[in-house]
Amino acid sequence: MGAPLAILNTENKKGLALISAPLGYVIAMLAVPLAAILLISFWTQDFQTFDTTPTLNNYREAVTDPLYRELLFRSIRIAGLVTLVTVLLAFPIAYFISFHVAPSRKSLWLFLITIPFWTSYLIRVFLWKVILGFNGVLNSGLQTVGIIDEPLTFILYNANAVVITLAHAFAPFAILPIFVALEKIDRSLLEASQDLGESKLSTFFRVTLPLAMPGVVAAVLIVFIPTIGDYVTPRLVGGPDGLMIANMIQVQFLRLNNAPMGATLAVIAMLSVSLIALLFVALNRRYLRGSR
Amino acid sequence: MTALIDLKNVNKYYGDYHALRGINLEIAQGEFFSLLGPSGCGKTTLLRTIAGFEAPSDGTLHIAGADMNGVPANARPTNMVFQSYAIFPHLSVAENVGFGLRKAQMSKQEKMKSVEEALDMVGLKGFRGRAAHALSGGQRQRVALARALILKPKVLLLDEPLSALDKKLREQMQSELRRLQRQVGITFILVTHDQEEALIMSDRVAVMFEGEIAQLADPQTLYKRPVTRKVGDFIGVMNFLPATVKDAAAIDLDVAGLGAVTIAEDQAPSGITPGAAEVGIRPEMMSILFEGEPDRGQITQATIKDRAYYGDMTYYDVDIEDAPKPITISMKNMIGRPVLEVGDTARVSWDARSLVLFSA
Amino acid sequence: MKSLRTYAILYLIFLYAPIALLPIFAFNDATIIAFPLTGFTTQWFTELPQIPALIDSVKNSLYIAVITAILSTLLGICAARAAAKYSFRFKRPIMGFIMVPLVLPEIIVAVSLLVILLQLGLSLGAWTVIMGHVLICTPFCIAILNSAFQNLDPAMEEAAIDLGETPWSTFRLVTLPLVSPAIISALLISFTISLDEFIIAFFLTGTEPTLPVYLWSQLRFPARIPVVMALGTILVAGSILLLILAEMMRRRGLRRAGLQDKGGFL
Ligand SMILES: Nc1ncnc2c1ncn2[C@@H]1O[C@H](COP(=O)(O)OP(=O)(O)O)[C@@H](O)[C@H]1O
Ligand SMILES: [Mg+2]
Repeated sequence: MGAPLAILNTENKKGLALISAPLGYVIAMLAVPLAAILLISFWTQDFQTFDTTPTLNNYREAVTDPLYRELLFRSIRIAGLVTLVTVLLAFPIAYFISFHVAPSRKSLWLFLITIPFWTSYLIRVFLWKVILGFNGVLNSGLQTVGIIDEPLTFILYNANAVVITLAHAFAPFAILPIFVALEKIDRSLLEASQDLGESKLSTFFRVTLPLAMPGVVAAVLIVFIPTIGDYVTPRLVGGPDGLMIANMIQVQFLRLNNAPMGATLAVIAMLSVSLIALLFVALNRRYLRGSR
Repeated sequence: MTALIDLKNVNKYYGDYHALRGINLEIAQGEFFSLLGPSGCGKTTLLRTIAGFEAPSDGTLHIAGADMNGVPANARPTNMVFQSYAIFPHLSVAENVGFGLRKAQMSKQEKMKSVEEALDMVGLKGFRGRAAHALSGGQRQRVALARALILKPKVLLLDEPLSALDKKLREQMQSELRRLQRQVGITFILVTHDQEEALIMSDRVAVMFEGEIAQLADPQTLYKRPVTRKVGDFIGVMNFLPATVKDAAAIDLDVAGLGAVTIAEDQAPSGITPGAAEVGIRPEMMSILFEGEPDRGQITQATIKDRAYYGDMTYYDVDIEDAPKPITISMKNMIGRPVLEVGDTARVSWDARSLVLFSA
Repeated sequence: MKSLRTYAILYLIFLYAPIALLPIFAFNDATIIAFPLTGFTTQWFTELPQIPALIDSVKNSLYIAVITAILSTLLGICAARAAAKYSFRFKRPIMGFIMVPLVLPEIIVAVSLLVILLQLGLSLGAWTVIMGHVLICTPFCIAILNSAFQNLDPAMEEAAIDLGETPWSTFRLVTLPLVSPAIISALLISFTISLDEFIIAFFLTGTEPTLPVYLWSQLRFPARIPVVMALGTILVAGSILLLILAEMMRRRGLRRAGLQDKGGFL
């Protein structure tokens, strides 16, 4: 239609020029390495070098070896459980801050919630080990007070410990997106619902919760995805039954010196995460419509 | 004498969207000029094209005889008062007003003096040390004005400068802006969607619809002789009646409800042909005849259908035989004039000179 | 709503329990970490400066964190500016892609970088850790800077141009002062993240460990735990200090822009 697009083009160019630095960085430091991982996963380790004949052997081994299978399923199970616990614990907090804290104090509450998250992850996880241990703070404390005679053993070196520790670590990641979604809800909608005869509780389930779902979905994804690949927590508090796929990836790369197998496990882990995440988003599609 | 601002056939496209359609416009030195039109009609786009923030897709723009093609905004003899005022929040009032003097060949004292003068001019004497974020809406506007005027531009561009203010303050600023413009003698181009504001303040007004200038005239002509039904409808209130042109040369009309009328050439568009057309008349150009009041030439019988009482004014919707819909008439409430009730009959008086003919 | 408030307070206790214990045991004179407490000592703190490996790892970590903070903030400024000011093709997918490291498991980032670095024959060291840290810090910087650049009224920059400034002097005189609180906040946050980061450093550090990697190696020795506690106390106190600073900067930025405070980071 002969409309001169020159202006649009210069705007396009300026924007692309500016974005090219961060974009180029992510491509070079993430996309290319990820592609390399994918490539290597089809190779075989041949002592110090790679046999570059493409093969699916690693994948075959990964899905048939019960050890790998067990680790992958356990990782998904633990990550799912962590996500569930974290989001369930987080929702009331987000709701409380959004609906029951004075606007001027909201940012203080958010700040209080984010502080622990910014302090050394390693040390926080280690402290959970100290808290939950056989002779740990919790057991020694409870024994001193006399609530228990024998140390509790079900809380360290197993999956429970991993769940507690990760639920702690990812708390702000779950609270913030839910909080943002709740803040966006027009308060008059809730009044409208009550005006139309709904009780406070049914208003919550029929209006508040559906409108908060985009935040909940975001929280689930943002907790689930990184959790599956967590290394420190299973290693420190998981015991042999609490180890996860990331620990095996590390072993393959740094101990067994079998990078192709490690790469394969990494690819499988990423694929499973993406698949589950997509499935989850698809299931919640109706809540996400019109939320942008 | 050549115009200070001269736009010739200016078009602007945003992708496929045609935002300015063949704008031709000449604005003289010292004029108070308004761009009036509904939201989205392209007023801001035109203003920003003059300022240099948008480049025309084609056409030419001259300011003071110089072609502005390729001249960036910072090199044009124009300054702008933004709709949001764009007062720099990290600077004081004096630093804001003096912002444009940074590279001027002046001593510090001279700069300070000129900031003082500019503040004085907009009625902000003694505000120089104030932090920008501690100003009210009206004060921000004055700072924005002082900041733009201190550079003595050839043209001051104002994008809806009063729309963020409340009614009282807006009316006060309208007269102040007018006074200021006369005082400095700079050409002002004001963008507004408020027809009253445009009429009150301007020497000339361009009415824009959908990227085009529909009419360019002084306020009185614009109000009395709109060239299209759309302009007449946008500015003030206007009644429209179907009409038939019987004789195009003598301009003999048959107007529904009003009967046979002959109007003058200046009341009709050029190139009319016999056949269906439309006639417009303003509510205050018709009046209900009360006891002892003189008529205005023509008289028509009517029945009051609806009434709205405004205190100083009363608006009547009256049914007239043969008119397809009620006609609105405004009456000033005065001593000796009763307020009529719905159902009352009345005699409506009007003057053929107040009619405006539109082609169908 | 009493019960909700009670729950909120219990939740805060849960969140703060680990860090609250840190100073308690750092000043306890027993070598095992358990109740009851036995006595007060500052011995663990005085031991810290006498461990050369520790001092080296601190220096190494500081070096990495400073450079990471500068680089990722610079990249963040480019991205946030582009996102706020320009519309360009594939803007949404590009911005989404740049934010991916925020959700990707760090172990994946770590091993993929490791593989490529080894394939290229590069030796591991501070710079390889910085590469990884910049990758994961940039999305955080973008998140912080985005709102600052988005809040910037485009008319501010146009006003400066209109008053005769060039695009560059406009950026210097108007844009930068208005977003500087967010920039400082982004610097502090990325510095904190880099200083604390373990996994990437664990994989990509060469012979010179970072502080978290050094800490990790010490966790195996029960005798070292009280010293680790003391070190942790200092780290946590330092982090909190930086965060309060970053938060103050963020608020000052909002005030400057004359805006309402709508929430914290992210
Ligand atoms: N940068 C732009 N990109 C695309 N469309 C635009 C842009 N600026 C304005 N428009 C469109 O051009 C039309 C005129 O806009 P504008 O000049 O701002 O109108 P007004 O000031 O009269 O309300 C509007 O429909 C608007 O959507
Ligand atoms: Mg406009």
